[in-house]
Amino acid sequence: MDLALQLLFTGIGIGAVYALVALGFVLIFRATNVVNFAQGEFSMVAAYLMVVAVEAGLPYWAAFIVALLGMALLGVVFNLGVYYPLRHRSYLPVIIATIGASILLANSVLAIYGPQPQVLEGWFETPGIQVGPVYLDSQYLLIIGVTICLVIFNFWFFEKTLLGKKLQATSQDKEMASLLGISVSTMIMITFIYSAVLGGLAGILVAPVLFVSIQMGSTIALKAFAATIIGGFGDVAGAIIGGLALGLIETFGAAYISVPYKDGFAFLVLIAFLIFRPQGIFGERVAEKA
Amino acid sequence: MSAPSDNMPIPAPIIRSKPLVVRHLPYFIGAAILVVLAANMNFDGYVHNILLQATTFAIAVFGLSVVLGLCGQINLAQAAFFGLGAYAVGIGTTDLQVSFWLCLVGGCVISLLAGALLGMSTLRLGGHYLAMVTISFQQIVTLVMINAIWLTHGPDGVSNIKRPDLFQTSQSYLAFCVAMLAIVGYMVWHLSDTKLGRAMRAVRDNELAAGVNGIDVFRTKIYAFALCALLGGLAGGLFAGGFAYVSPDQFSFAESIVFLTMSLLGGVGSPVGSVIGTGLLILIPEWLRFLKSVPGLYLAIYGLFVILIIRFMPDGIWGFVADALTRWRAKIKAPPAVAALQLKPATIGGDIVLEVTGLSKHFGGLKAVDGVDIAVKRGGVHALIGPNGSGKTTTLNVLSGLYVATSGRIVLDGTDITHMPPHQRTASGLGRTFQNIRLFRSMTALENVEIGAERPGNTMVGKGDDALTERAMEALTFVGLGSRANELISSFSYGHQRLIEIARALASNPTLLLLDEPAAGLNSTEKLELHELLKRIAAQGLTILIIDHDMTLVSEAAQHITVLNFGRRIADGESMAVLRHPDVVSAYLGSE
Repeated sequence: MDLALQLLFTGIGIGAVYALVALGFVLIFRATNVVNFAQGEFSMVAAYLMVVAVEAGLPYWAAFIVALLGMALLGVVFNLGVYYPLRHRSYLPVIIATIGASILLANSVLAIYGPQPQVLEGWFETPGIQVGPVYLDSQYLLIIGVTICLVIFNFWFFEKTLLGKKLQATSQDKEMASLLGISVSTMIMITFIYSAVLGGLAGILVAPVLFVSIQMGSTIALKAFAATIIGGFGDVAGAIIGGLALGLIETFGAAYISVPYKDGFAFLVLIAFLIFRPQGIFGERVAEKA
Repeated sequence: MSAPSDNMPIPAPIIRSKPLVVRHLPYFIGAAILVVLAANMNFDGYVHNILLQATTFAIAVFGLSVVLGLCGQINLAQAAFFGLGAYAVGIGTTDLQVSFWLCLVGGCVISLLAGALLGMSTLRLGGHYLAMVTISFQQIVTLVMINAIWLTHGPDGVSNIKRPDLFQTSQSYLAFCVAMLAIVGYMVWHLSDTKLGRAMRAVRDNELAAGVNGIDVFRTKIYAFALCALLGGLAGGLFAGGFAYVSPDQFSFAESIVFLTMSLLGGVGSPVGSVIGTGLLILIPEWLRFLKSVPGLYLAIYGLFVILIIRFMPDGIWGFVADALTRWRAKIKAPPAVAALQLKPATIGGDIVLEVTGLSKHFGGLKAVDGVDIAVKRGGVHALIGPNGSGKTTTLNVLSGLYVATSGRIVLDGTDITHMPPHQRTASGLGRTFQNIRLFRSMTALENVEIGAERPGNTMVGKGDDALTERAMEALTFVGLGSRANELISSFSYGHQRLIEIARALASNPTLLLLDEPAAGLNSTEKLELHELLKRIAAQGLTILIIDHDMTLVSEAAQHITVLNFGRRIADGESMAVLRHPDVVSAYLGSE
């Protein structure tokens, strides 16, 4: 029972990371109708930026800001270099281009920084606190806290602000939005920047828990994508619930079933959902429109 | 070698009637020369290895040209299928002591089944799912190769893999692989002109139109995906026999990306492109070996290449060359004249061809179609009219199976088609056109119509490709476009594209033809031509159900009219009587 409680905490912590990356997927998908296969590399690049900035002697908070600014810039470059030139083509070329970008990002970092995994210190001095039988790791607490704040922020931003509503209008009907005087290309640019920052934030938060490695991007992206399908593709709440569910499944699976195949559970759950409930828990559209 | 490209004009039927083997003789002679060369040249070990790698990789890349090039579906796990074939030969010939041939076939079957299963779970959904699921599958296969040490020997890999007795020397084995490359290449090249190949191209261009033309979209995609996996497995088995050693890192996700890049660079639409891309991407890294000293740099350049190719050369090197060749050649030849089109609609049921009873389609709370009855008499033109939003197009979509009916019953010529998917309804004798034209845009007019003529259950087409082409030509000539049969869809005006769509439906010799707003977007001359065409179709006894806003067309062409408003039937009967019906007048003009 104690083990189960401990796993519950860890699972939610890891799940929160998947949820953040999944949110990035969903936001870009809603704005452009394209899945960005380089979303996971955003997390990886941000974690490396953070490592570099901390090693350069910046205080932790300053390194954090520098890394996120770097991600915003990457979002701009990514949109202009990968998505924008292909925006009028069908989804297949765009998918392939984002896959190319993902390979380019991961291996550029490898070429520059070498294959050794890096270690990033956590934000807090104290490693964690003991509450009854459960040990609450401070970094996981931070991850969960930030995720809750972001969920609230997202809700406020998309429902209550004018910019958020413009973004929503763009994602629902580009032609109508542009007729109403909304600059669609600006809205898409903002979406890419926001998604890059969101993915980066997830990478920086999870870096002290995992190692900072070249592979962390693709591993996180795969699971975040599975999370979006489990939650219901294209659905913001679904991405968060799906992320948490996947974190729990994986943590319990590793503890009770098999450690080496831990990364395989996401795939099995994904296949099961695709076969039995492709619309996910929240049941948004799945197939391309008729 | 002649150019197997989508942009190429189809040879005229007269040339076609020569046996294929004779026409393609130069290809086989060339291939035989290559095989003899490979068997007799004395390469040093280094050159031999590069040739063997290029040959086996090219077969795997052929797979991608089928799934991605012909069918438009993505596969990011080709290295995993390649690995399945390689490990089957590796483990089979060493630990299990089974003959090479059995292992090679076994590996192909395993890959085929894995591909089919993966496809069945995902191909109903959009392309994004397929991309992600294939990546996941790739990673699972890699995980198993590394961790299932009892089976795969883990990271150490399998060594001392055997070759068949017949090809023990490396020279003869290379010659064998080149022969396999030539045979598989020929089949893939020829595939695009077969029924299955046409179906794949139709699915790639427009899934919806493929479905209503009698193509089982889901099954076609699975065939393409399984075929791709099979070729991956075959290539992997040959690779394992050639190098006698396999290990998990040879079949990683990075290798899948390498395969994809080879396919894109050379040109995804054709096996010639696959060979060019594979050759270049195996040779270039050998010339640029120094890049490999920095880990990652090499793959980073691959990634950059993918982005640049997609952006600037979407059809790859061969696509670019083939396009230039087509433009350079003489003007497209007009095909010869053909006999007049015969329409012989099937007559199984009684006097009523289409009987719709109590048909409803609800979207959540919205009752788009609500308890509608329609009875279409055989041999007549029946019109379905109504103001905007009255449920006409929804009714048509339910009839052709694009929407599932909420309730009600649809009987076509005595067959209950209510629960059939679109392609089966087409097989039962339904033909339709779309308001917003849905043609297969990368094909010629003739090829579009051939797909219509290939409708399962079409009794008006004889056996063989020649009969198919003849039928398609008759249909195109019937709508007045026979002389332009070999032109691409993009060179036709909007009105002519509409006529090609009608020809596509006519070639299938339907029992009932559904026309969805055929006059929309046509100018007055084109409308007159359309009216004449409808008369000629009706004169041959084909029953037509037409939806349109154009009251002149409807009142002149149709003998019977059904009027919908707000999803309900408000009037039904003989044309003139219905148009004077007070409810109809008030629905269109508003009541006093």
